Amino acid sequence: MSDVAHAPAQPIAFKRNAREALADPQLRRNFRGAMDFLMDKRRSQFPDGDELERLRAFGNRVRARALSKLPELLERLDARLSRNGVKVHWAETVDEANAIVHRIVEQHAAKKIIKGKSMVSEEMEMNHYLGDRGVDCLESDMGEFIVQLRAEKPAHIIMPAIHLNAGQVAQLFHDKLEVDYTEDVDRLIQIGRETLRRNFFEADIGVSGVNFAIAETGTLLLVENEGNGRMSTTVPPVHIAVTGIEKVVENLRDVIPLLSLLTRSATGQAITTYVNMISGPRKADELDGPQEVHLVLLDNGRSQAFADGELRQTLNCIRCGACMNHCPVYTRIGGHAYGTVYPGPIGKIVTPHMLGLDATRDLPTASSMCGACGEVCPVKIPIPSLLRRLREEAVRAPAAAPQHVRGQGAKYSRKETMVWKAWRTLNTSPALYRAALYAGTRLRALMPAHIGPWTDHRSAPKPAARTLHELAREHLGDQ
Amino acid sequence: MNRPSSQPANATRVAPPLEGPRVYPARPSDVYLFGTCVLDVFFPSAGMDAIRLLEREGIRVHFPQAQSCCGQPAYTSGYTEEARAVARAQLALFAGEWPLVVPSGSCAGMFRHHYRELFRDEPETLALVEALAERTFELAEFLLEVCKVRLEDGGAPVKVALHTSCSARREMGTHLHGRALLAQLSGVERVDHDHESECCGFGGSFSVRMPDISGAMVRDKAAALKGSGAAEVVSADCGCLLNINGCLEKQGDALRGEHLASFLLRRTSAASRGGAK
Amino acid sequence: MNAKERILGKLRGSLQGTTPIVDDYDIELLNEPWRYPPAERVARLRQMLGAVHGESQLSSTTGWPMQVIEALAQRNIGELLIAPTTPHGQQFADFVARTGAPLRLKAYDRPVEEWKDELFFRTPASLTGTLGGIAATGSLVLWPTPQEPRLMSLVPPLHMALLKASEVLDNLYQFMHAHRWADGMPTNALLVSGPSKTADIQQTLAYGAHGPKELLVLILEDA
Repeated sequence: MSDVAHAPAQPIAFKRNAREALADPQLRRNFRGAMDFLMDKRRSQFPDGDELERLRAFGNRVRARALSKLPELLERLDARLSRNGVKVHWAETVDEANAIVHRIVEQHAAKKIIKGKSMVSEEMEMNHYLGDRGVDCLESDMGEFIVQLRAEKPAHIIMPAIHLNAGQVAQLFHDKLEVDYTEDVDRLIQIGRETLRRNFFEADIGVSGVNFAIAETGTLLLVENEGNGRMSTTVPPVHIAVTGIEKVVENLRDVIPLLSLLTRSATGQAITTYVNMISGPRKADELDGPQEVHLVLLDNGRSQAFADGELRQTLNCIRCGACMNHCPVYTRIGGHAYGTVYPGPIGKIVTPHMLGLDATRDLPTASSMCGACGEVCPVKIPIPSLLRRLREEAVRAPAAAPQHVRGQGAKYSRKETMVWKAWRTLNTSPALYRAALYAGTRLRALMPAHIGPWTDHRSAPKPAARTLHELAREHLGDQ
Repeated sequence: MNRPSSQPANATRVAPPLEGPRVYPARPSDVYLFGTCVLDVFFPSAGMDAIRLLEREGIRVHFPQAQSCCGQPAYTSGYTEEARAVARAQLALFAGEWPLVVPSGSCAGMFRHHYRELFRDEPETLALVEALAERTFELAEFLLEVCKVRLEDGGAPVKVALHTSCSARREMGTHLHGRALLAQLSGVERVDHDHESECCGFGGSFSVRMPDISGAMVRDKAAALKGSGAAEVVSADCGCLLNINGCLEKQGDALRGEHLASFLLRRTSAASRGGAK
Repeated sequence: MNAKERILGKLRGSLQGTTPIVDDYDIELLNEPWRYPPAERVARLRQMLGAVHGESQLSSTTGWPMQVIEALAQRNIGELLIAPTTPHGQQFADFVARTGAPLRLKAYDRPVEEWKDELFFRTPASLTGTLGGIAATGSLVLWPTPQEPRLMSLVPPLHMALLKASEVLDNLYQFMHAHRWADGMPTNALLVSGPSKTADIQQTLAYGAHGPKELLVLILEDA
């Protein structure tokens, strides 16, 4: 990708996006370096493999328990937050969520919004929606600020500007903020700090995401290092938090294992600089904090994943990004090529529920099933199994019942279905199988030198002169 | 993955309990060998070398001629029905008590882990599947942990890089078994390669459905192997070997991956304790 | 039906016939690996804080005001934001009055709206108390109050915090349990572990992102 930003990539064009990304050596270097760094950081946080495995199992159970009583917990969360003075809103779609936010904006005649980091607001394309209605949304997380200046989307859910190096940021700041060119990262961060500082108290509304919503106490927990999250949720008179319906946990103590797993898996930190627990708006005798706090609970396809016992595991996710950091595909193509808000392995299993399999048909296929993602997932989402399941949904006949995923059959092809039926016949008919292999080995000289895309990067494989079936029979007799 | 049978299909799933280290049986008199389809066509001599290694340990090898494929290609492509039919055909062939030895980690993993998922709604078959999973071993694992082989190296000093299929590494721990076997060979110095645990980009149909990404991955793997200083590359996974060797050949490089079974047999045939049968 | 009812209806339908997973909370796993002999708790906290550029000094209930003054003098800072009605705010104000230290004290005694500009651009340092500390992660626990509002620990570039050694517990589980957080949380509660930072530019760590550039913790060993 060049330094000139262009229209955001779409998931439907995944293969083309990936090809373009692979051809960009700078991008490849930036991602390889960044992923190596993050993998090392994570490893250093888990010196005791036994503790890690027990903690992952614990995290899995905590998330599964929350999902196993999700409607009850959501109602409890709603009730406790309401009692604490937080206004809770529910939205089935991103349009509804945006309309809710816009109504709050209008009530306050707000013109300017400062945003902490929120992937759900990316899902909503809130900046775009509100921008069209004359409301300025400014991203305040350094990485988000950088990608917003470049009119891009985040390339990673934890480190949005991970696709860029310091030189690229230096050039960007020089061009857009009219400061002297410097690659000194401390200086660049100070430029960001100075640029954003005034905006925190000029903003009419602060918007944030939520890491964990605690039903027991009616508490929204946010983790961050920069302090922009605290600023966005404390300084403006109104705070709007947006989050997915799956983010709820039952009890306050449930966040202890999840918090540990999240920060250690994501950035290799024992804990983030700030763990910000918000349980209500400013009280009458308090001197700061927002006068109003809103929570928007968004479905956007999550209830579809929830409907199926296997696919429900997708919703265990605590958005740490470890799966992308360890993914050999993500490492090579970067976050933008996916064309989705959530890239990498988690993006491949969550986005089909948000956009439908038809719009994301190549995503489940874009995995060698190496299992690195599932191995590091702190809440033990069996990502490869879920990718496989989505492949199954994608090749099922479009009208076959029951329907589990919107866009079922997006990759259904009569021809390919026939091929697999033939494969089945071949592999369940021993005589036929042996005959086919016999023929294959005898015709090895006729093996074409070019067989489709395989030979773009490899020579054609050559069958041996005789099969193992033949050699074994000769050696062991007919068994 | 596993759900207690009392729970309905829409129950919220919890990850299966952590498994302790695998407990290995005593050396059996007989084993089944599952050759795997890729090996059958492209690396049959590795299959024969596996048979000879097992025989050298005094074990009778049974190779049911009706075997074909474990079903993995259809399974990972989402053609579950077809995979199940093929898997069912294999299940019937290995119904005896003998261990099943598989000279390919990812196919071994299919028997050991994924058949459970494939037959989760068929309680009667599931019992058979569980029993087979319990006695399925990847070749290196079997040689090391069940046969407890003591290899005597008869070859010249050489630097060797080991590549293991990532699904096998994660599902079967094959990298540890492979390393332990190589460590028994006095003339072999195993060298690490860059990003050793990273996938070579094969992934079955992935290599043809996503050729650009797969190609980038295998070129990186080939470069890492070439940069490792190894004179030989060894792997116990035929899919990876097909992929890596194809890339090395395309690049005009002389380096080639060899199946672990062939490598072990070659290094030890002169000096093996048991001697060939 | 509104969105809430529709969403809940779908979720309930999907769970039909299932039973909730029981809570088998593993206290031992969160507690045992993160325990320290009482004598080592403060050292662990200081080590963890230090690893993220959090500065700490050992002090005492009577000695800390002088250390605050020295720290400010070293940095050529001539004014300090305090919470005048807290015990430590009063103690410090008294100390400054008594010793005539050349320091301008600024009180956070009115709603932030009335002095935002000054808070954000002309308040170089602040002093707050803490509820306690967590040894495992090197964290301070802050429960802002009407007397000591939340922005005190966020906006000024230098944040100084007083921590009683006896209030340093081993880990978050113990802290939550001991302080009975589940019974009720304040408007805002915080864990603070070091000065603000970011690695958003080429994974290069830089301190002083949007919050304090420096965090100085004074640990009162006799409290």
